Amino acid sequence: MNAHDTALSQRAGNVDMTHGGGGRAMADLIRDLFARHLSNPILDRGHDAAMLGAQAGRIVVSTDGHVISPLFFPGGDIGSLAVHGTLNDVAMAGARPIGLTVGFILEEGFPLADLERIVMSMADAARKAGVPVVTGDTKVVEKGKGDGVFITTTGIGVAPDDVDIDGSKAKPGQAILLSGTIGDHGVAILSKRENLEFETEICSDSAALHTMVAAMVEAVPAIAVLRDPTRGGLAATLNEIARESRVGMMLDEAEIPLKPDVSAACELLGLDPLYVANEGKLICICEDADADRLLEIMRAHPHGGDAARIGTVTEDSNTLVQMRTGFGGTRVVDWLAGEQLPRIC
Amino acid sequence: MKYVQEYRARDLAQKLAAAIAREADTGRDYHFMEFCGGHTHAIFRYGVQDLMPENVRFVHGPGCPVCVLPVRRLDDAVEIAERHNVILCSYGDMMRVPGTKQRSLIRAKADGADIRMVYSTMDALKIARDNPDRQVVFFAIGFETTTPPTAVAIRKAQADGLDNFSVFCNHVLTPAAIQHILESPEVRDLGTVKIDGFLGPSHVSSVIGSEPYEFFAEEFRKPVVIAGFEPLDVMQSVLMLIRQVNEGRNEVENEYTRVVTREGNLKAQELVSDVFELRQDFEWRGLGMVPYSALQIREAYAAFDAEKRFAVSEKASREVKSCECPAILRGVKKPTDCKLFGTVCTPDNPMGSCMVSSEGACAAYWTYGRFRADAPAKAKKEVAA
Amino acid sequence: MCLAIPAKVIELADGDMATVALEGVKKRISVALLEDVTPGDYVLVHVGYALHKVSPEEADRTLKLMSEAGVLAEELEEITGGAA
Repeated sequence: MNAHDTALSQRAGNVDMTHGGGGRAMADLIRDLFARHLSNPILDRGHDAAMLGAQAGRIVVSTDGHVISPLFFPGGDIGSLAVHGTLNDVAMAGARPIGLTVGFILEEGFPLADLERIVMSMADAARKAGVPVVTGDTKVVEKGKGDGVFITTTGIGVAPDDVDIDGSKAKPGQAILLSGTIGDHGVAILSKRENLEFETEICSDSAALHTMVAAMVEAVPAIAVLRDPTRGGLAATLNEIARESRVGMMLDEAEIPLKPDVSAACELLGLDPLYVANEGKLICICEDADADRLLEIMRAHPHGGDAARIGTVTEDSNTLVQMRTGFGGTRVVDWLAGEQLPRIC
Repeated sequence: MKYVQEYRARDLAQKLAAAIAREADTGRDYHFMEFCGGHTHAIFRYGVQDLMPENVRFVHGPGCPVCVLPVRRLDDAVEIAERHNVILCSYGDMMRVPGTKQRSLIRAKADGADIRMVYSTMDALKIARDNPDRQVVFFAIGFETTTPPTAVAIRKAQADGLDNFSVFCNHVLTPAAIQHILESPEVRDLGTVKIDGFLGPSHVSSVIGSEPYEFFAEEFRKPVVIAGFEPLDVMQSVLMLIRQVNEGRNEVENEYTRVVTREGNLKAQELVSDVFELRQDFEWRGLGMVPYSALQIREAYAAFDAEKRFAVSEKASREVKSCECPAILRGVKKPTDCKLFGTVCTPDNPMGSCMVSSEGACAAYWTYGRFRADAPAKAKKEVAA
Repeated sequence: MCLAIPAKVIELADGDMATVALEGVKKRISVALLEDVTPGDYVLVHVGYALHKVSPEEADRTLKLMSEAGVLAEELEEITGGAA
């Protein structure tokens, strides 16, 4: 039996404590699974610390822990999500991501085949994004002390000197743009949750948005705010921005892109799509005069076809996000209290 | 979404708003109680109040099953889960409601109790089938709408010999609660709560029919319009109520004819009466003890009655002092009349049930309209624009 | 109270079960509470159970009533506006 066969038999088995023990099993796992799929010149050196070339501009760093159930869902898995999520966080500062680091926490007993599937999906997402995984780490915890796999990724990027994008920069009169439909990710996840199962063709929108951001920033360096509405959905993110910028907002419900199936799933479960998570959407706040140009750039991008202007920043010392309803009234779009639970009444 | 989207149409809303404004007598006020939280939710979510003239007001009623469940029953559910080590299945709505000392199902779960959220009684049956070595208790709450699915589950458990499944029954009856409100001194004698008519329950009525309300119209001389939960249904029903008031009529009218008939769903009624019988007394949060206002599991199905299977201790359950939920549920006070509202009590840290349920008057006020009172003129102007 | 939504029955199954569709979303529900359900019917779905059928005729009638109420009022407005 040669070394390669050993690795194959490992992949048919489960993660055990030796995979985090620092011995040969760990070295095999790193070589045959992580290094093999994520290979690039910097990672291949096999150092704990990666060295990146000096870059003009300012360094942007962001880190994100990923825990999700189920690990595999329509439109992605925890691996692709861990790449997209962190690239987007770096991009929302107006930066160009240049490298990712990754930390795995594996639970004893987790199938190696599933781990390989996750690592391959991660590698694929990183390759498509053109951003290498430059270093990483693996730990194993005893059974019952983890939930299969947790992944933490850190992204490093570079922002041009003339870009100053920040959640506190929104000003009354500015336009609020959204890159596409809301709630796709959350509904895709819920459709696979135990006890809720329903059939839908909705897939997670998990996607990297840094190339869209690069085109936007190049055309309009004066963008005030960029942010991705992930957990808590559009409502939570707009409320965050309103509070940081000390402004109000008036949204137009009819302009917010929403797929009919997402709307239907939300009606069935008693959820409000404004609070449902997205993983491949961005909110952009800009001067009114720049709105059309930015919308054009967003719509030309593969992940921005449904981009729309959904509202306007207003002056409001209460920092309220309000919405003109499609019905003709107005309502406050508040923060979400706790987790949104499916309801019967 | 057929039969949904049509009833949220903006152009019809404008037409109905014009009709209501035209027909409402400017020389008087109209106070209509919407019994159901579903109506409360629609009114706030779609901004229906914005489309009403100043003199047409909604009085929020007690029709939220989460809000009316007394703390004691919730404490009992937590005790069943913790002391008897069962799997307790609950609808999502109950999870965050605070019991005595702010203990909710979510907190009990964090402390180690096996509490699972389900969407349907069928899910609870499945959990029982999948865990034959554990006792599984379904925490049943709700009005006549939610009761038939519980009855089906109990019959199914009996048919399948699923003896590790039982139900902690808290099902309550809508007509009994409406009668209690109409007979309360605030409405009848003191006039503290002015009610000129009722928006009648929509989905409850799909099961029980419109007939049970005929007694109220006659006995208490109040118009009732059974109203759908979509915003146009609410507006059309308000128009029908205004016409009854203007013409001095006190009738039961049905706006929600696409789902509600006079006799209701007879098959569902039969299933319910096969499994359940009236309870002599049941405590409602806000209303106190209301005779014959709730259901209990019949002797023939006693094996599936969690109250008979699991003993609970006598306990001093109590609500947070100065929480006005009880008065708010009766329509005597508005959420903004409560000292705790928006200060100690917020959706992030609810003190009472009305702040937890998305149908609770306090949560609706907080989420959709808490600054409305400060700036009604401004809100109106924006709608007009 | 009582969140329920009309959905279309697309298939019946054993044990009083059925599949309903709401737009492209499909869900298995129980039709144990109803008599004579056939594919194509719209039913009101609550906690995974069909509570009642939706009557297409009555649905149309209600919509017609709503638009008539408005029309009448608008005409009234025109008449009184013209008279003033």
